[in-house]
Amino acid sequence: MKTAIIAVTLTAAAALGGVAAAESATLKEVKARGYLKCGVSDGLTGFSNPDSQGNWSGIDVDVCRAVAAAIFDDPNAVRYTSTTAKERFTALTKGEFDILSRNTTITMQRDAGLGMEFTGVTYYDGQGFIVKTDSGVASVNDLNGATVCTQTGTTTELNVADYFGAHGMTYQILAFEKESEALSAYDSGRCDTYTTDQSGLFAAKLELADANAHTILPEIISKEPLGPAVRQGDDAWEDLVRWTFYAMVNAEEMGVTSQNVDEMLKSPSPEIRRLLGVEGDFGTQIGLTNDWAVRVIRKVGNYGEIFERNVGMGSQLKIPRGKNALWNQGGLQYAPPIH
Amino acid sequence: MSGQDDVAAVLPPSLPPRPWPWEHGRWRGLVFQFVVLAAVVGVVVWMGSNAWGELKNFGFSFLGNTAGFEISFKLIDYDRAGTYLDVLIVGLLNTLLVAALGIVLATVLGFVVGIARLSPNWIVSRLATAYVEFVRNVPLLLWILFFYLALIPTLPVAKQAVSLGDWLFLTNRGLFIPKLHWGETAWMVLVAFIAAIIGAIATTRWARRRQLATGKRPPDLLIGIALVVGLPVLAFFAAGMPVSLEYPELKGFNFKGGLALQPELFALVLALTIYTATYIAEIVRSGIEGVSKGQSEAASALGLSRGQRLRLVVIPQAMRIIIPPLTSQYLNLTKNSSLATAIAYPDVVAVFAGTALAKEGREIEILGITALIYLTLSLVTSLVMNLYNRRIQLTER
Repeated sequence: MKTAIIAVTLTAAAALGGVAAAESATLKEVKARGYLKCGVSDGLTGFSNPDSQGNWSGIDVDVCRAVAAAIFDDPNAVRYTSTTAKERFTALTKGEFDILSRNTTITMQRDAGLGMEFTGVTYYDGQGFIVKTDSGVASVNDLNGATVCTQTGTTTELNVADYFGAHGMTYQILAFEKESEALSAYDSGRCDTYTTDQSGLFAAKLELADANAHTILPEIISKEPLGPAVRQGDDAWEDLVRWTFYAMVNAEEMGVTSQNVDEMLKSPSPEIRRLLGVEGDFGTQIGLTNDWAVRVIRKVGNYGEIFERNVGMGSQLKIPRGKNALWNQGGLQYAPPIH
Repeated sequence: MSGQDDVAAVLPPSLPPRPWPWEHGRWRGLVFQFVVLAAVVGVVVWMGSNAWGELKNFGFSFLGNTAGFEISFKLIDYDRAGTYLDVLIVGLLNTLLVAALGIVLATVLGFVVGIARLSPNWIVSRLATAYVEFVRNVPLLLWILFFYLALIPTLPVAKQAVSLGDWLFLTNRGLFIPKLHWGETAWMVLVAFIAAIIGAIATTRWARRRQLATGKRPPDLLIGIALVVGLPVLAFFAAGMPVSLEYPELKGFNFKGGLALQPELFALVLALTIYTATYIAEIVRSGIEGVSKGQSEAASALGLSRGQRLRLVVIPQAMRIIIPPLTSQYLNLTKNSSLATAIAYPDVVAVFAGTALAKEGREIEILGITALIYLTLSLVTSLVMNLYNRRIQLTER
């Protein structure tokens, strides 16, 4: 008798569950509200940065714009909230915004211990070094004996100690309290190299007296995968945000861009047809219509377009694709197939 | 109880009703005091319970752990295999170096400027006033950053170092000077040096006694110099030349060997000196002006020149007024040296309460040790200055 009741309950739950997966509480709320709430930085060139009119741009911003385009067909249906590095996790879990997209490094502690879920890596960052081009340094291994400028109290300072120690290299470290002084000291020749996250180096380079006289070394000595996060407990919403990003990466891999997406609807390739919702019902599985990815790509673009526009060659920063190239072009960006 | 009721009954009804307890001044005072007390106790308990969580694994055994990071400027041998205790010592010595240099230089400059402010020469006194007013009204941190960021670009890169033979090299990495390399028998030189200084002091005392007794002073200065220079040199050769010089050499990015005095050290000492000297100058001026004019006039009547009046009559009396506030300035300078972290000079706050703290956690232990160090430094400085003060106090009979 008892067993029978449990069996019935389980069956019912399973049946309901199949439907419930598409019924995201957050999605319902966002639709009713009419716009998406997105937590961003207080200004980081290339990632999330407001212009003089208060319009936000950057890779992190485009993640939110893509989700808004998927839901509303309007990438501007987003309200941005600046949040500090310290407050960001509490603000997300307390429901101040629907997505946290703020150059946040994915770590086990944050994923497992802070009540959030990361939905993918939008930018593979890591600690790098900048040197004067005429110093002849081409690799981190040439830095034996160098004087290194950095910021004190950060993991950056400790990473340098670990890396140089592990490779048996000597170094002199000058750890400044503020980044601006560390950069000034490097610029005036006190140090041979300045170190911070590589994306930060590209932004720092623009502030140097002669930006063209400096080279950012290719190696990175730490892993800093940056990605957006959502609250734990709404799996369907997590799926929506995750697959919106995957759709942009897949679109780049298949050559679907914001320019050619309408022609691509006629493509015979089954992969492209599934991505664009011509075949299958993948959109309804995440609570949207099947042509969700078409809206994302048409209004925001594929991953490559976002990268080039915000941090790549089409931007001030001019960061090469490097680790952020697609997996089949020597990088790490890899999206599971839409199938 | 009933008695009170009776009294109330006798009172005429026209009297205003008895005020509620909270309308009563004394009651309200008590309530507010209780609220404040409860808030204070609450905050203390809250902070205590927070700290208690940290204190569960309280201990200083971490000082023996390997630090694993380099320090750019050190007075003793240290590399990344050193322990946190070594880091603490290296940082402490760096703090002491800056404080000692700063105190000596600021005292000299402060006395010069303080006396100059009272100079009868209009230009000299106005220049001194302008210096004091300009420098002390700009925050110290700005001076430190200014000297640092202004100093570095003027220095040449390592490959174009300004040099003095093989001895001195000046680059933007610092001033490189030969380092003394101490051999095994080097202690003999040190002992000879200390003995020579004691000998020189004894000679001076003997010379003074002779002068008082005979009116003629033996050449004590010459004898003293001969002792201080001669004895260590003799000991040096007698011990088989144990002390040698290690010269700096250009290798790769930088000079190797020798002793490197970093630009951070120069900028920090310079800023601390010129800033603290303004306060010392004011203290010296007030001290001198605090000495009764009659003293100066009496000295003048004895035929002493202005310099002699100042040196022999006014300043010894002014010192009694100068010493106590001067001690405060020495303490300020020592504590202000912790601004070093702004320009990456590795003092005890930067390397121990900075890097070591970031690496090891242990906030309570590390900050406690650092606070204790500054407290000890301050108390020792105060003690020495108080002893000196007692010696120069006017002896009243």
